[in-house]
Amino acid sequence: MTLLYSEIEEELRSSVRDLLADRCPPAAVLKRVESDPHDLDLWKTLAGEIGVAGLLVPEELGGAGATASEVAVVLEELGRAVAPVPFFTSSVLATRALLPTRDALLGELAEGRRTAALVVSFTASPYAPSRGASVSVDDGRLSGTVTGVAGADVADVLLVPVDGDLYAVEGASVRVVPSLDLTRPIATVTFDRAQARRVGACDVAAVLRFGAGLLASEQLGVAEWCLDTTLAYVKERHQFARPIGSFQAIKHRLADLWLDVVRARAAARNAASDPSSISVAVAQSWNAGVALHAAEEALQLHGGIGMTWEHPVHLYLKRAKATEIALGTPGDHREALASLVDVPGPE
Amino acid sequence: MNEAEIKERVAAFLAEHDPAGDRLEFLRARFDAGLAWVWFPEGQGGLGAPRELQQVVERELADTPRQLHAGMLAIGLGMAAPTILTFGTEEQKRRFLRPLWTGEEIWCQLFSEPGAGSDLATLATRAVRDGDEWVVDGQKVWTSGAHHSRWAILVARTDPDVPKHRGLTYFVCDMQAPGVEVRPLRQITGEAEFNEVFLTGVRLPDELRLGAVGDGWRVAQTTLMNERVAIGGGPARRGGGMVAPVVEAWREHPELRTHDLHQRLLELWVETEVTRLSGARLREQLAAGQPGPEGSGMKLSFARLNQAVTGFDLEFRRDLGYDDWAFRRSENVDFYGRGPGYRYLRAKGNSIEGGTSEILRNIVAERVLGLPSEPRVDKDVPWKDLPR
Repeated sequence: MTLLYSEIEEELRSSVRDLLADRCPPAAVLKRVESDPHDLDLWKTLAGEIGVAGLLVPEELGGAGATASEVAVVLEELGRAVAPVPFFTSSVLATRALLPTRDALLGELAEGRRTAALVVSFTASPYAPSRGASVSVDDGRLSGTVTGVAGADVADVLLVPVDGDLYAVEGASVRVVPSLDLTRPIATVTFDRAQARRVGACDVAAVLRFGAGLLASEQLGVAEWCLDTTLAYVKERHQFARPIGSFQAIKHRLADLWLDVVRARAAARNAASDPSSISVAVAQSWNAGVALHAAEEALQLHGGIGMTWEHPVHLYLKRAKATEIALGTPGDHREALASLVDVPGPE
Repeated sequence: MNEAEIKERVAAFLAEHDPAGDRLEFLRARFDAGLAWVWFPEGQGGLGAPRELQQVVERELADTPRQLHAGMLAIGLGMAAPTILTFGTEEQKRRFLRPLWTGEEIWCQLFSEPGAGSDLATLATRAVRDGDEWVVDGQKVWTSGAHHSRWAILVARTDPDVPKHRGLTYFVCDMQAPGVEVRPLRQITGEAEFNEVFLTGVRLPDELRLGAVGDGWRVAQTTLMNERVAIGGGPARRGGGMVAPVVEAWREHPELRTHDLHQRLLELWVETEVTRLSGARLREQLAAGQPGPEGSGMKLSFARLNQAVTGFDLEFRRDLGYDDWAFRRSENVDFYGRGPGYRYLRAKGNSIEGGTSEILRNIVAERVLGLPSEPRVDKDVPWKDLPR
């Protein structure tokens, strides 16, 4: 087990980063978020040419047979770019739910020919996996509603966990609602006696735990962009005839933020290489807060320009706040740690 | 040199030297065999081997005699030795390193002064050349262990007519020389770990100079970087370190738990854990030969955490007592052997000693993040013309 990045991971990182720098600069994301948020052309290149969609899928099922550590590096880069692509929802959550079933759909997802979404609320957590969902199955047909589902609006296939089983559904009502996070919209999914295929068994809590551990890497990427962008700005911006980054009031805040980000990197790497309940809970309770704090500091230290729609920092703030809530809040994860590491509450 | 070769060396050494024999002879022989600090050069207690192989030696020699009073050796091992190794003459290395490592000679640090703390380069202790000797006059402060020490590392001003950083020279100070007076300084904990040291007409031979005349600032940087690495070393085990006694007491005293304390303890536990992971990652980077800038931040993290954890501990225990206010000289910092009140008070020093947290934030901001420095009004002014 290592907390460092391997050479293969660094190569993967640089190909993803180069592509995103070219095709997905913050200005481009900002331009499309209100009309057509998902960049499916970019997704096609990422999934098909770079092959990120199949990282978690074993080679014999048509994937790359990589590990969570490679996936984590891709998520860092996608977080840095707040890239509006369904990697986390399709290639991480939905794929991880399908893996134990070894369903043929995995091959199609791996090639990027189709995209799936796991129909759980993004507010669900490993500790409350059915939050926001009320779906029942009757005679092979699904009925009910799940709110706050991420990635459902771009999915060809919906994977719905009901009572320990996973069902594949094509053709349900997916209604996009205005979302705080513009770059990862959420939708309300409604089933009205929808035709469903039982794919196999599904431990939703385990899938969400796996996702939560990797979400920490996306949060690291968000925090890094905020720190880097703010550093560049305070070196450039002059007030009182000197760069504002030369004032200790600003330097000390950024030094503290850097320390938080350094620790977020260690926590993310640890959760990627050891996805145990403790590692995941530690990474989420730390990194969610660091991403949010980094975005809030970025906004404040950009002054008035940080408050404008035209500057992309708000995309990162919204992503950071949404992922603080997604898959368990930091408080949820700390509460879980109480029993995991034997620090019990008052009796 | 690899792990197997190091193990062979240790085995050969143990075949010739009986660990059950005289402690000092054993330690001297271990130094001479290059098994003191393997990353030091041959002939100076090392084998010129990669630093991570030291842990192999420590494991293999775990049950053999150690130096006495390990806490008192910290300044010698962590600060004086790397500086002597980098800047010392062959004669200085030969004279000082072995007794330093075996613990026969204790070292202290004569850097800070009443008028020069964070702005160390403004220090006023003078060293004036007199033939083959230097005559030193001045006052130093916060000197841990001065009363035990045989030697000190000393920075003094040798040229007041140039800007402050340029007029300094680094010496080894003979603590037994006439004119050296050590007075204990009582701390908020009640005890005295450190001292003030008065230097009055102290004569040091030129052979005790470390590095070139006027190069003292650069030499001192080597010492200070090593101090921060030493202070920033963290626990290797999950749940270890300063939070461990708190969690233990928490488990033993359910009647003291409240919801508010519970939330705060979990937050501290998480911060302790991510800080530990960050230290583990840093060690991995060092072992892989890719040292990152993360080291500069470790001391900052630990200072904050230690203060938060020890403050929490006292509040949680609702402990209004204190174990011992007696004014005594302490041999070393004993966080775990003392009560929670002592831990709380002593931890206050963590954000001051070895560079205040404010200065460390400046260092991180300027050297790691590349932020511009504050305008420096004293940069090109001769030291003697600075307002004091």
